[in-house]
Amino acid sequence: MSTVVLLTITGLGLGAMYFLVASGLSLIYGLMGVLNFAHGAFITVGAYGAWFAETKLSGIGSVPLRFLAASVVGLAAGTCFATLVELVLIRPLYLRHIEQVLVTVGVSLATVALVEGIWGSDPKFYVLPPWFSGTTTVAGAYIPNDRWIEIAAAAAVLVGLLTFLRFTRYGLIIRAGVENRAMVTALGIDVKRAFTLVFALGGLAAALAGVLSGIYFTSITPERGTSLLIFAFIVIVIGGLGSIKGSAVASAAVALTQQYVNYYSTGIGDLSVVLLLAIVLLARPAQLAGRTA
Amino acid sequence: MSRRVARLLLAPAVLVVLALLPELGFGLGSVLPGPLSSPGTLQLLALSLLFAGVALSYDLLFGYTGLLSFGHALYFATGVYVANIAVTDWHWGFAEACLVAGAAGLLLAVVVGSISLRTSGIAFAMVTLAFAQAGAIVIQKNPHSWTGGEQGLGYDYTRIPGAFVGVVNTRNLYWLALGYAAAVYLVVGWAVRSSPGHVWQAIRENERRVEVLGLRTRGYKLLSFVLGSFLATVGGIVYLLVVGGSDMSVTAPDFTLAMLVMVVLGGSGTLWGPLLGGFLYTYANQRLVAVGGSHAVQSLPGFLRTPLSQPLFVLGVLFILVVFFLPGGIVGIGARGRSGAHGLSRVGSSLRARVHGGAEDPA
Repeated sequence: MSTVVLLTITGLGLGAMYFLVASGLSLIYGLMGVLNFAHGAFITVGAYGAWFAETKLSGIGSVPLRFLAASVVGLAAGTCFATLVELVLIRPLYLRHIEQVLVTVGVSLATVALVEGIWGSDPKFYVLPPWFSGTTTVAGAYIPNDRWIEIAAAAAVLVGLLTFLRFTRYGLIIRAGVENRAMVTALGIDVKRAFTLVFALGGLAAALAGVLSGIYFTSITPERGTSLLIFAFIVIVIGGLGSIKGSAVASAAVALTQQYVNYYSTGIGDLSVVLLLAIVLLARPAQLAGRTA
Repeated sequence: MSRRVARLLLAPAVLVVLALLPELGFGLGSVLPGPLSSPGTLQLLALSLLFAGVALSYDLLFGYTGLLSFGHALYFATGVYVANIAVTDWHWGFAEACLVAGAAGLLLAVVVGSISLRTSGIAFAMVTLAFAQAGAIVIQKNPHSWTGGEQGLGYDYTRIPGAFVGVVNTRNLYWLALGYAAAVYLVVGWAVRSSPGHVWQAIRENERRVEVLGLRTRGYKLLSFVLGSFLATVGGIVYLLVVGGSDMSVTAPDFTLAMLVMVVLGGSGTLWGPLLGGFLYTYANQRLVAVGGSHAVQSLPGFLRTPLSQPLFVLGVLFILVVFFLPGGIVGIGARGRSGAHGLSRVGSSLRARVHGGAEDPA
C-alpha cells in the first residue's frame, strides 16, 4: 500500500512538470498553429535564471527567502524571453507555420549551446530550504516533501489558467481563437495581442517547470529542457492539441504509467509511454483533431 | 542547349573532382586541418560527404513529400547500432551484419511509418519524435550489454574488411562516403522523377487535391518515408565505418534537428541543396571548434568569445537568419538571380499548407 501511495504521489509530481510544459505548448499550438520547439529553451532559461540569481544573492537573507526571490527572477527571465521570441521572431512570420517551427528549432539549438558555453554542461544545484529534503508520512509511505510543491504549483497553474480562460476577456478571445481563428479575426478582434499573451503565459509555466525540475531531479542541466519537451509532446498528442484539461489528464496518465512501469519492471517506463502513445493513435486517431481550450 | 549540357555534366564533374582530392598533396591554409591527402582532412571530408547524403535522404521526406519528420535519426542510428552489434556482440561477418541492419531499418520504417502516418502535419512530427526518443532510450538502457549505453560501442575491427580499418585507409573511407553521397543523389534523383515521385510532390503541394483525384495518399507517403529511412540506415552503416564505432550522439533529438537545419540551409525540395547544406553544416560544426579555440577569437572580450566558441550557437543563429532572409537556402541564391523570388516561395508555401492542413481550415 505504502509503495502505491509513494509511486502515485511521485508520479503526480513528475506529471506536474509535464503539465506545466504541455499546457503552454498546447495553447500556443491551438491558437497559433506553431509547434514551439523553443519551449525547451524557456525551461532552460527559467532554471538557469533562478540558479544565477541565487548565486548572486548568496549570503543575503534566509535560505527560503533567497530561493523564493531567485525563483521569481527565473520565472521573470523565462516570461521575458518567451515574449521576446514571439515579438521578434514569430510575429514577422505570421501564418507561415513551417518557418515558425524552423525558427523555434533555431532558438532551441542556439539557446542550449549558449547556456552550455557560459555555464558548462555540468549539472548545477540549487541551495534549497531543509524542509524540501525531508519527508512526510502519508498512509505509511515516506513522501519527499518537494513533491507537494510541484503538485501544488501545477494545480495552481491549472486553476489559474482555467479561470483566466473562462472569466476574462482575453481568455474569451483565446478560447474563441483556438476554436476558429479566422472567425475571430473577421469579427474585427486583434488576435495578435493574444498571441503574445499565450507565449508569455507559456514561457512563465515552462520557466516554473524548469525551476521545479531543479528540485525534482536535484540538479539542472542545459539539456533537461529538451527531454521534458519530448514528454510534453507526447502528453499533448494524447490529451488533444489545444486542450488544457486534456493536457492535465494526459500529464497525470503519462507520468503515472512511467512511474508504475518503472517500479514493477526494469526501467522500461519511458518506453511504455511511447507504447501508450502508439495505442492511443491506433485506437482513436480522431483524438488529434480535438481542439477546445 | 549548352546550358543543358553544362547542367548534365555538373554532377559527374563534381564527382570526379571530389574522387581525385585524396591524390592531391596541397593544403588550403587554415580552411582544412591539413593537406588534402592527410587522414585528418580526409576524415573531416568523409563525415561531411556522409552527412550530405543523409541530409538528402531527409529531404526526400521533408522537401519532396512535405513530411515534417523529427525521427529520422532513428533509422540512421539503426544502421549504426544494428550493424555494430551484429559484428561486435554476435561475431557475425560484415556482409551479414549489413544485411541485418538494412532489414532492421526497413522493418522499423514500415512499422513506425504505418503508425505515425495515421496522423498528419504537426502531430506527425511529434509522434515520429516520440518513436525516435524510444529508440534513444533503448540504446541508452544497454540491453544485454549490447549497445554500450552512454559509453558507446567501438567496433570489433577484426571482422571489418581490412580496406576500411586504420588511419592508413582513411582515403578508402573517404571514397566510401563519396560513393554513398553519390548513390543517394542517384536514387533520390531517380525516385522523384518516377511516377510515385510526382505524386509525392503533388501531396506536398496539396494533399486533399491528390485524394480527390482518387489516389490513396497514405501508401505514397509510406513509400517515401520507407525509402528515405532506408537510405539513412545505409548511411548509418557508412558512419560506423568512418567513425569506427557507435555513440549516443546519433540518437539524440538534436541530430534530427541538425538534419532539418542542413536541408533548410542548403535549400529544401532540391537535390543539390541538402548535399551542400549537409556538407557545409558538418564542416562548420567541426571546424568552428578550431576557430573558437583560435587566437583571434580567444582575444575577444568575453561576451563575444563565449557565443563564438559554441558551433551550435553560431549555426542556430545562422539558421534563423537563413529562414528569415534566404527562404530558398544556399541554392536559392542562384535561382533568385534567374527567375526572381517567385520560384522560391513555392516550397515554403506548399509546406505551410501541408503542415497545417488536415486538422483545420487554413485561417
